[in-house]
Amino acid sequence: MTALPESERSANAAARAEILARIRSALHDVPADEQPADVVVARHYLRSSALDRAAQVDLFVERVEDYRAIVHRIAAIELPVAVASAIRQRGARRIVVPAALPPEWQPADADLLLDTGELTAANLDGTDGVITGCAVGIAETGTIVLDAGPTQGRRMLTLVPDYHLCVVFADQVVGTVPEAVARLDGTQPTTFISGPSATSDIELSRVEGVHGPRTLEVLLVE
Amino acid sequence: MSAPVPAGTKFPAAAGKALADTQLRRNLRKATTTIRDKRASVVGELPDWQELREAGRATKERVLRHLDTYLVQIEESVTAAGGRVHWARDAEEANRIVAELVQATGEHEVIKIKSLTTDEIDLNGGLAATGITAYETDLAELIVQLGHDYSSHILVPAIHKNRSEIREIFLREMPDVDPGLTDEPRVLAMAARKHLRRKFLSTRVGVSGGNFLIAETGTVVIVESEGNGRMCLTLPEVLISVVGIEKVLPTWADLEVFLQLLPRSSTGERMNPYTSTWRGVTPGDGPQEFHLVLLDNGRTDALADQIGRQALNCIRCSACLNVCPVYERVGGHSYGSVYPGPIGAVITPQIRTGASKTDATSRTDASLPYASSLCGACYEVCPVKINIPEVLVHLRARVVDEKREHKLPTPEMIAMQAMKWVFDDAKRFERAEAAARLGSRPMARGGKIGTLPGMLGRWSDARDTPAVPSESFRQWWERNRAGGSGGTGSGGTGSGGTGSDRSGS
Repeated sequence: MTALPESERSANAAARAEILARIRSALHDVPADEQPADVVVARHYLRSSALDRAAQVDLFVERVEDYRAIVHRIAAIELPVAVASAIRQRGARRIVVPAALPPEWQPADADLLLDTGELTAANLDGTDGVITGCAVGIAETGTIVLDAGPTQGRRMLTLVPDYHLCVVFADQVVGTVPEAVARLDGTQPTTFISGPSATSDIELSRVEGVHGPRTLEVLLVE
Repeated sequence: MSAPVPAGTKFPAAAGKALADTQLRRNLRKATTTIRDKRASVVGELPDWQELREAGRATKERVLRHLDTYLVQIEESVTAAGGRVHWARDAEEANRIVAELVQATGEHEVIKIKSLTTDEIDLNGGLAATGITAYETDLAELIVQLGHDYSSHILVPAIHKNRSEIREIFLREMPDVDPGLTDEPRVLAMAARKHLRRKFLSTRVGVSGGNFLIAETGTVVIVESEGNGRMCLTLPEVLISVVGIEKVLPTWADLEVFLQLLPRSSTGERMNPYTSTWRGVTPGDGPQEFHLVLLDNGRTDALADQIGRQALNCIRCSACLNVCPVYERVGGHSYGSVYPGPIGAVITPQIRTGASKTDATSRTDASLPYASSLCGACYEVCPVKINIPEVLVHLRARVVDEKREHKLPTPEMIAMQAMKWVFDDAKRFERAEAAARLGSRPMARGGKIGTLPGMLGRWSDARDTPAVPSESFRQWWERNRAGGSGGTGSGGTGSGGTGSDRSGS
């Protein structure tokens, strides 16, 4: 990034000073010694789910399917076969994966593109799909969260291809939104995904798949 | 954005026009009832909804009471994460900052995520004046932009257009569209996908608003459905986010409340399809240059009003629009601002100050606090507990106070003063009642008076007046109770029990 010219820097400093002064004058009713923590925020809402583990995973599956995503429940040993079969049934050939995706998640018979950070959006536009893992799943809302970890890669990988195959382990599923937020820290680029992209902008008719992947398929490993 | 009704139109005049549009009313009724029902069903799933609302309200109160501290913290955290922070006192300053940032890249086009804040400052107009074209990428905003039209709903801006109108706009305005385009929503959405794909892949500058700013981490949060937001904030080389100073949350953990409140209140979903968060610049992932423009534009004026301040809690969910009996009938354009509905009626008059305040906007803004029946449904659904009726009544009082400062009294003030004189004295009141009975008889039709005579006609423009009954309560009492049977006549047998069935015991 280039440095700011001096004139812009001083204009910005003047605007900053004036806005902060306006705020302080607007808040003349707030006692000078009041601290932010003095304003009580009662947190009597639910933090965790009352459901047991098995019921949470069942709920996760039900809620993801509610968004018209496809879910398969599989055992860990079945993973390579399930990945290959999903890709084959989809008719996808060119598949992009983050470079650190475990080898057993990579379908042998697909034309694989390993992303090490050089692929452009135009490169990705020429692919049929992407395979990733995730950071956490939320049962109550049927949400999958990506935080750019090694099995997930850069954000554009799961955005430009039209098909997203996502591997979720049962122990990554939590019950509630507060539990999921607690597992993340907001320092990495994070994407909360709840079903395929959708719009209801025309007469409120829901259409799945606008700009993001039009198909979301989940392999839930138990 | 200038208003879709002539500048300075008062709410009743704009509403009168909208009410006559039966297609608009059909579209609005369908939209508001559908979203209202979806919201009620997903809110009903959460047993702790009221506790979440209270936490949301209190968090926003904490932020507003210490806004200066949090903004300085944001500036530090965003800068530490490789972003640059700009401060904009008003719309003109914000538009100039964004235009200069775009010019510095040498580009003449930007792609945009739907943003009320950039609509509020007419960023697209400001950029156009410097030769920069802004492309809206949200489907509804695209329909509005291609139709040279205006948004009418916070969440679904093109809700006033039906599918065949949208098809016509696409055929007319999209150069590359298939001429055999049908009016199926899926087909129209796919036409938009194709139309925008090249823009997403080739445009080097993205512009967005922001739903939340996390002070602790410098994280920006954008909540969306279509994926156009992810495109704009991931693919360009430069990203510029224009965010109102009230959008701050103290910590990352606060999202545990707001990511529950917003989607359920807004689209009536358990969660919206995509929520993106990022801080500054992440090497190798997304834009490598990030600018955050912190916008005041009248917000500090709202902050100075201890009752009106709570309007800044707003997280732009639009639940209050969908439950409002007034909005459902007149639609968004009648409010003469990018913020329609109940929340618009309390936000617009408070932030349209300083350079944004003209004679025309003052006329509109003085009428907005009256664009409500004060039924309170908006307060009940508000996820951050903004007491909209309380603020409306408070702003009405402000409008009256401002009128009082003018030297010439209004007809309404003269009428109220005359009324005070009449009500002050029982004899005068009785004589006035008798006169009113006689005087109103020729005007009443079916128990109602449609138009009052003379200066009072302004009052009756928007309401019927009940005809004066042939007998007053005092006369009825005199005839049936006081002078007659004598059972309960002489001074109070207790509360409520004046029924004749008790008089014999």
